[in-house]
Amino acid sequence: MTRSVIELPVHADDRRIARLAALAIGLTLAEAALPSPVPGVKPGLANIVILLVLLQYGWRAAAWVSGLRVLAGGLLLGSLFAPGFWLSAAGALVSLSVLALARYLPRRHFGPVSLSVLAAFGHIGGQLALVGIWLLPAAALIKLLPVFATAALVFGTVNGLIVMRMLATSTPEPNMSPDILAGTRKG
Amino acid sequence: MTTLRAGDLGVLLTGGGLVVALTIWAWGGDHGDTVVIRAAGRVVETASLAQARTFAVAGPLGTTHIEIEPGRARIARDPSPRQLCVKQGWLTQSGQAALCLPNQVSLEIRGRTTAYDTLGY
Repeated sequence: MTRSVIELPVHADDRRIARLAALAIGLTLAEAALPSPVPGVKPGLANIVILLVLLQYGWRAAAWVSGLRVLAGGLLLGSLFAPGFWLSAAGALVSLSVLALARYLPRRHFGPVSLSVLAAFGHIGGQLALVGIWLLPAAALIKLLPVFATAALVFGTVNGLIVMRMLATSTPEPNMSPDILAGTRKG
Repeated sequence: MTTLRAGDLGVLLTGGGLVVALTIWAWGGDHGDTVVIRAAGRVVETASLAQARTFAVAGPLGTTHIEIEPGRARIARDPSPRQLCVKQGWLTQSGQAALCLPNQVSLEIRGRTTAYDTLGY
C-alpha cells in the first residue's frame, strides 16, 4: 500500500518567508492605490520589508521575499507578465544584486540608510535600463533621469530611516543570524 | 543604531551629488563654445567663446559692435532703430542667435550639437 499524499515539509524558515512576503505584498498593493505624478515614482514601501529581512535573516531570505513579492504583486494587480511586471522584476533584481554587494560594507560605518539608498538607486537603475533597452528610446529618458534619481534618493533615505527606527525598537529574535545581532548592538 | 553613521552620510552626499550631476547633464542645455558672426548673410568671423574679445562689423547703417566674454556673447551696440538684437542681451546656449536685421548683422552661438540643421532669416 503506497501513500498517495505528497508531503511537503514546511520549515519555520518557510513560514517566516511567507509571512514576510505577505507583508511586502500588502505594502505593494497599498502603494499601487497611491496616485503618482510620474509613472515609476513610488515610495517603494515594500523595500522596507526587504531591508528588514536582509538585516535580520540574510540575503537569501530577502531574495525570496522580493521574488515572491514581485510575482504575487503582479498576480494580484493583474499585471503579471505585462511590461510593468518586468520593470518591477528588473528593479528588484538589480536592487538585490546591489544589496548582495552592499551587505559587505562595514556595519560600523554603514547603516540601513546606506543600504536603502543604494537599493533604491539600484531599483530605479534596473527599471530605467530595461525601459531604455526595451520600451523607449534612451534619448527620451534622459530628461526624466533627474526626477527618478531625486525620488530614489528621497524615498531611499526615508525608507532607510524607517528601517533604522524599526530595528532600534524591535527586540532581536533568538533565531537571528549573529552578524545582525552584532550590527544592531553596535553603535 | 538610531543615528546615521559616517558611511551613511557619505552615501547620502554621493547620492545628492549624483542627482545634481544628472540634473545638470540632462537639463543644463548645451553651452555653446563658438561664435559665428554674419554680415549680409556671409560669415565674416568665427571665434571661440573662451576668450574675451570685441568685434566691429560694418553694415549698411553703420557699425555693429559685438562683445565676447568667456562663455557668453552679445551685441553691445548697433545702429538699428529698434535695438532688438541689443535688448536680447547675453547669449550662452548653443543655437541662440541675435539678429540685427536693419544692419544685416547676426550673432549666433554654436556648440558641439546644433539644435537646428539651419535657420533661415
